[in-house]
Amino acid sequence: MFLEDIGIIPSRKKDRVPADRPASIVNLTRRGFVTGTGLFVVAVTLAGCSNTEPTIDASTMKIPKAGPSPLTEVEGGDATPSLWIAIEKDGTVKITCHRSEMGQQVWTSMAQIIADELEADWENVEIVQAEGHERYGDQNTDGSRSVRYNFHRLRLAGAAMRQMLVAAAALYWKMDPSRCSAEMGKVSNSENGDTLSYGNLAELAAKLQVPAESEIVLKKPEDWRFINKEIPSVTVPKITRGEGTYGIDVNVPDMVYAVIARPPQVFGRTGAVTDAKALAVPGVMRTVKLPDAKPPALFQPLGGVAVVGVDTWAAIQGRNALEVEWMDGPNAGYDSDNFRKAMEAKAKQPGTVRRSRGNVGTALATADKTVTAEYYTPHLSQSPMEPPAATARWTGDQLECWACVQDPQATRQTLSDLLDVDKENITVHATWLGGAFGRKSKPDFVVEAALVAREVGKPVKVTWTREDEIRHGFYHSTSAQRLEAGLDSEGKCTAYRHRSVFPPIGSTFNAATDAPSDGEMGMGATDVPFAIPNLQVESGTAKGHLRIGWLRSVANIYHAFAVQSFAAELANAAGRDQKDYLLELIGEPRLVDPNAEQASYGNYGGSAEDYPVDTARLANVGRRAAEMAEWGRELPDGHGLGIAVHRSFLTYVATVIEVKVAADGALTIPGIWLAADAGTVINPRHTKAQMEGGTIFGLSNALYGEISARDGAVVQDNFPSWRVMRMNEAPKIFEVEIIASNSPPAGVGEPPTPPAAPALANAIFNATGKRFRTLPLMGANRDTLDIPAISAR
Amino acid sequence: MATTLNINGKDETVEAAAGTPLLWVLRDHLKMTGTKFGCGIAQCGACTVHVDGTPTRACITPHDSLDKAKITTIEGLSGAAADVIRDTWVENDVPQCGYCQSGQILAATALLSEKPSPTDGDIDAAMSGNICRCATYMSIRRAIKQAAGKL
Repeated sequence: MFLEDIGIIPSRKKDRVPADRPASIVNLTRRGFVTGTGLFVVAVTLAGCSNTEPTIDASTMKIPKAGPSPLTEVEGGDATPSLWIAIEKDGTVKITCHRSEMGQQVWTSMAQIIADELEADWENVEIVQAEGHERYGDQNTDGSRSVRYNFHRLRLAGAAMRQMLVAAAALYWKMDPSRCSAEMGKVSNSENGDTLSYGNLAELAAKLQVPAESEIVLKKPEDWRFINKEIPSVTVPKITRGEGTYGIDVNVPDMVYAVIARPPQVFGRTGAVTDAKALAVPGVMRTVKLPDAKPPALFQPLGGVAVVGVDTWAAIQGRNALEVEWMDGPNAGYDSDNFRKAMEAKAKQPGTVRRSRGNVGTALATADKTVTAEYYTPHLSQSPMEPPAATARWTGDQLECWACVQDPQATRQTLSDLLDVDKENITVHATWLGGAFGRKSKPDFVVEAALVAREVGKPVKVTWTREDEIRHGFYHSTSAQRLEAGLDSEGKCTAYRHRSVFPPIGSTFNAATDAPSDGEMGMGATDVPFAIPNLQVESGTAKGHLRIGWLRSVANIYHAFAVQSFAAELANAAGRDQKDYLLELIGEPRLVDPNAEQASYGNYGGSAEDYPVDTARLANVGRRAAEMAEWGRELPDGHGLGIAVHRSFLTYVATVIEVKVAADGALTIPGIWLAADAGTVINPRHTKAQMEGGTIFGLSNALYGEISARDGAVVQDNFPSWRVMRMNEAPKIFEVEIIASNSPPAGVGEPPTPPAAPALANAIFNATGKRFRTLPLMGANRDTLDIPAISAR
Repeated sequence: MATTLNINGKDETVEAAAGTPLLWVLRDHLKMTGTKFGCGIAQCGACTVHVDGTPTRACITPHDSLDKAKITTIEGLSGAAADVIRDTWVENDVPQCGYCQSGQILAATALLSEKPSPTDGDIDAAMSGNICRCATYMSIRRAIKQAAGKL
């Protein structure tokens, strides 16, 4: 695979007119692009056209006076069309995707948005992956927000360029633009039916003024061709031929290969290194000692010793032969079992109030019945199938990196900070990502490649083995939660207190941070939508001893597990049906404002106007999933249905799971029914794929996922001890309904994960009568649930 | 040590240390990166190739044990079953990130070559060695059944 190919999909077009005189035009638009050297990007390259229309020679055209372009800056960054779109003379429309493709089909969705407003012919669209640069605005591909942040600005960009192409045609035809219309890569003359192709018009259009935002006319949703349509993925054809370039696939001439032996503990230090045996391994070239890591963790590498070889295997064998004396650091005593006990003790104590309504203490004291439950969830690893990998090349003081990163800008900044290189001298190319799930937001592995390459004086690819990925990650936080509720004589919930204790992600950025952030508490705790008159959410403190990072849906995983399990426990205590009671807790259709009750709720950065916490939408998905599953139907012995609903990343998801539990505790999942309201979705097919995959990701964690630590070091190391779900465990029935909605687009990649675990636990309860409050339900070494014998149920 | 391997019908001579797994010979020496590294211990199936038509984990197979074998990778996979699997994968957008899909396609093609009408049990048996963290399992199962119908 050659570097030139990175980011360019294969042409799916018919024969093209060869490029005889390619012309590059620099379209000076706006100050935002005048970075450093003054000029910016190539806007439009062109020449030639089809042979049935006259070729426009833009150099002979009289161009209306065009000053600097008006600004089309919108919230979230720039909308100037030339940043995103380049039209070539043969009609090829190159669309730049500035977010990272990791299976969520962002290449396809970004192109759908632009191509629709542009009125491009989809057959002519090609995708180019943007490098990391501020000119694109936010490129951090996490938080399920690529579409949400970019929908409007990319529509503006596409529409602006469409209007420029129409204006160019009108200029050529000497008629009013209102008498011309754009459709599928061509502009038509309404007076005589003549057409001009985009490729033919591009050079002239590039000389015209970019319309101001107020002059841009977006298409009506009913006229969308690509948005909200099941457009096939642009990456899949290449994937089926093994042609995609992931971070681990990058090849640079003269490159050597490295793996790194890292200290078992975070902030452990590297002592004496004896590398004679390593150097004796055939193909091993040398070793490189890396600087020890110091708190806070940030995105710095963990230190250790790199082994460099002629291929990855030689480097791995050399590492096996390396003798290193690891020295204890401040986390030497970390034991996740002991830490669990400390967190659970803390959850019994009053914490910091993060949201409060009514008076929970009084209401609990006067309730007819109280229910208390404690939940525990362990650390988890993202474990994308492609482990972290990065290639770095130094040319003098210029650093060029290729890597599977979710955030190429943070990568560039981190490289600049840790290698003391001016950011302008660093280029970061995001490759395809072979899965990410949050791991690849942290560019420590790219810094490793840059450090080793600088020492070696050659381009270096650093590959993480699976053992590296599982032992040295940025882990999902472990958590202990305690929920208490009061019920009145009718079983109605009158009081609710939720305490959440977990080491916060902030501990990775400041070692002293031990209190959860508002953002973490706002993922399923302080945004609880229940209509309960007395309600309080509290947090406790816990320090981080591993690197705590984000993992698909983040704090929503443990909060949804506890809250949605507890809702079912209350239904049981009240003698009510799980689904009916849950809908009653959600209550009447209304908008919930946690901030009116002393919360500092950030709502994922979405405004309360566009993205309110809407109980009608939440209840609706719950009802739909229940209908799809035929909730209430008669089930065979050992079967049970469970339900959970959860709003995260501004999207509402309800999941119903059917389980079958055999007498020996063997578990199968015959069916899953899921309803999601994500507002306007760009691609229903790909949204459904995320709902399926995100659910199984959550179930895999719930059944088997556990990262534990002894003596400060992670115990698990590869897929046997870090077990994940496989084909034979996947349900045979999985039905998804995407609720049709005109609401603004919300998240898709993460929202299916949180309700999976509680729906599963609730189903197991209905099947067996056993309530599981600790995850994982089985762990890596069990094949059965720990349930009482049938006779005892 | 020079070894000649027959890969996708073509003889390739490589210089790699004795015992080097086929995976790293393909990826690092021949720059054929369609075969993926996932675990290194034959637990995930990302490195699946065909050796004389049989799905084989390249990460634990020494390249120098294959001097008389016909090796097929995703880049060279062909034939009726492969064509229909690829077409069905594309029609259904089976992959998400795609990283495990070379292995999935090699495994599914071998399954259909041997059992043109596989049962759910056959699919479980043939495909459970291939992990997909995006969890495209439901899509893979649907696609294999569709592909079987086209063969």
